[in-house]
Amino acid sequence: MSFTGKVHKVGAHIDTDAIIPARFLVTTDTKKLGEACMEGLEPGWVNRVQEGDIIVADRNFGCGSSREHAPLAIIGAGIKAVVGHSFARIFYRNSFNMGLMLLEVGDEVEKIKDGDQLEISPETGVIRNLTTGGEIRIPVLSSMMQTLIDKGGMVNYVKEQLKEMGE
Amino acid sequence: MAMTLAQKILQMHTDEEVREVGQIVECSLSGVLANDITGPLAIKSFRAMGAKKVFDKDKVFLVMDHYTPQKDIESANQVIVSRKFAKEMGITHYYEGGCAGVEHALLPEKGLVKPGDLVIGADSHTCTYGGIGAFSTGLGSTDIACGMVLGKLWFKVPASIRVNIEGAMPKWIRGKDLILRLIGEIGVDGALYRALEFGGSALKDVDVEGRLCMANMAIEAGGKCGLFPSDELTAEYCKAHSNPDPIALSADEGAEYERVVTMDVTGMEPVVACPHLPENTRPVSELSDITVDQVVIGSCTNGRISDMRDAAEVLKGRKVAKGVRCIVIPATPAVWRQAMDEGLFEIFSDAGCVISTPTCGPCLGGYMGVLGDGERCISTSNRNFRGRMGSLESELYLSSPCVAAASAVTGVITGPDKL
Repeated sequence: MSFTGKVHKVGAHIDTDAIIPARFLVTTDTKKLGEACMEGLEPGWVNRVQEGDIIVADRNFGCGSSREHAPLAIIGAGIKAVVGHSFARIFYRNSFNMGLMLLEVGDEVEKIKDGDQLEISPETGVIRNLTTGGEIRIPVLSSMMQTLIDKGGMVNYVKEQLKEMGE
Repeated sequence: MAMTLAQKILQMHTDEEVREVGQIVECSLSGVLANDITGPLAIKSFRAMGAKKVFDKDKVFLVMDHYTPQKDIESANQVIVSRKFAKEMGITHYYEGGCAGVEHALLPEKGLVKPGDLVIGADSHTCTYGGIGAFSTGLGSTDIACGMVLGKLWFKVPASIRVNIEGAMPKWIRGKDLILRLIGEIGVDGALYRALEFGGSALKDVDVEGRLCMANMAIEAGGKCGLFPSDELTAEYCKAHSNPDPIALSADEGAEYERVVTMDVTGMEPVVACPHLPENTRPVSELSDITVDQVVIGSCTNGRISDMRDAAEVLKGRKVAKGVRCIVIPATPAVWRQAMDEGLFEIFSDAGCVISTPTCGPCLGGYMGVLGDGERCISTSNRNFRGRMGSLESELYLSSPCVAAASAVTGVITGPDKL
């Protein structure tokens, strides 16, 4: 199922303290965390975001701590997906486990500008830039990752698995 | 397909065919670990999943090691959460008090991890077990909860960086010097997503405890794991640690590596990482004007018996410099007992060291040697981020136990050959 959204571009090595500073870690409420999304990068950053928008990041997005609050804050801000040059390892896992879609595009990230409209089709592995008419091809999202996104994260996924097992 | 060690071990734990780097595979787990800090978070997710029991009560390991014995009310309350959970679930391997040691020293020592295993832990230094040829890696708390419930988890097949260690090993060079040198060369994100795989003709001169130390710091280069082959030395170690029948494992001939790094150790000097990143490495001789207030010898990186022996060899018949605190922390109760039986405590005590019970303690600025404003420490632990051992104004240097002990004697950063 494809979706479209407006691009908010950020730089390289955006760490989890930039995504959600430690002083906001007093809650696990997604919406509240979302209100402080990227507060460590630029105060009020989140005000530019509309439901369904897309973050496009340079290399090593999400480096730093293993806090799961970081992907939760991005989800809470209404961001649908993060397209990045590359992602820090634990952040990558935590994101899919929380139900946030990440798409790794390498150097192709330079073809996307702030404010562009993207149409993303994870099943076919195509990102179309509606503003420029360009197209980026990526490996199709694996079925495991797609399942996690569809279920809204790992906790729900395991819940259903347990039900299937009759427990 | 010719497989790297990382691919081979993942293949051993999945029914899917491991075909390529970047592929996602679901694997069965050999063990799931949490400690006193991360356990309660994982337990919270476990409850949210509606789970009633763990997948295997013999394969969930709970080690209360970071603040043991409990340093304050909060840490005591955290342990209560894990203790209750362990009792409720009938967890076999729950360690606390006089049974607890630093998790990544304790598990291999007790034979709970063996070559070819796939282990996850809610601690970034879970990668340590690569030292005995186990694929092990650190994860967030929801992943750990999932592992505890289902006994399986998804993994992305990593690309591997091959590190060949060649040449003649100098007397005072240890695994710590080799891994610090590597991180200095490739940087703190030099192995991002990747498996580090060690080989080369000088590997025979790195004992298993040295290998555990090196694998421990794979994460300091961003790595997913650091893997050593399971060879004769591994077999010997395993047999001495409750695993009578370990498998031999090595990468296939012709396996593809993203990059090959060769390190010739001939004539190498001990290496020290300077503040505030493990990649800021220098040869020890260039740091002889750096004074220290504290020396810490211990941690999941260097708290094993060979580390205690190294420190004792340097400290024997010598005194810790006036005004320097030297804190020795055997990583597990067994190491503590062995050090005592071998007379090492007499050497440490005569030298004027503080001898602690097993704990992570000062490594993460917890307790048992926290640094004040402007203080400087040389430690055998694995991270020297700003404020890691206490004050944001303090400074932390990382080295082997040989260098740390020699520095305790002189009060400045010193190589053991200079005493």
